[in-house]
Amino acid sequence: MKVRVNSHWPPGHIRTPAYLRGKQGEIEREIGLFNNPEQNAYRLASEQRALVRVRFTMAEVWGDAAETPDDVIEAEIYTHWLEPV
Amino acid sequence: MGGDPAGKISYDQHDFALWEKRVDALMVLASSAGLMNTDSLRRVLEDMGEEAYEAMSYYERWIASVGQNMIEVGAFSTAELAKKMAQVKERGSTYGDAT
Repeated sequence: MKVRVNSHWPPGHIRTPAYLRGKQGEIEREIGLFNNPEQNAYRLASEQRALVRVRFTMAEVWGDAAETPDDVIEAEIYTHWLEPV
Repeated sequence: MGGDPAGKISYDQHDFALWEKRVDALMVLASSAGLMNTDSLRRVLEDMGEEAYEAMSYYERWIASVGQNMIEVGAFSTAELAKKMAQVKERGSTYGDAT
């Protein structure tokens, strides 16, 4: 399933890597439910959120600067940061 | 950090000092007691900013974050921490050398 990472820049603790925001990738696998780190970080009662592994090509992440455009990078991202493409 | 040039990376293994092991143990104990968690540790580390990343060692940043977390959660006050830090300082600079 193709997804795009939200291009949101709120203040506060966020685990979604900055360099992947706004980038498009493909869900490689579902990992499971975990307590939301965005709430954990402030010791708030945290909700369970679905975490997935997303695969991005270097071309997508780094554009023309990619040295090996067909290589991939995978990152684990919570689904509330993802939108279907 | 953040794609900045960092020079050559050292792959040498090194022993941890006793105080570093204690910082690690403190983090585990405070987490087990429900006073903090991995994300609250990381949140404070990130809030410390780029300068702290350059100026402080790994476990120096950890103990600063654990301390900040304990103050936030009310495990001790800043005044209590200051008093304890002064007491420890009086032990001298070689106190932590024991392994």
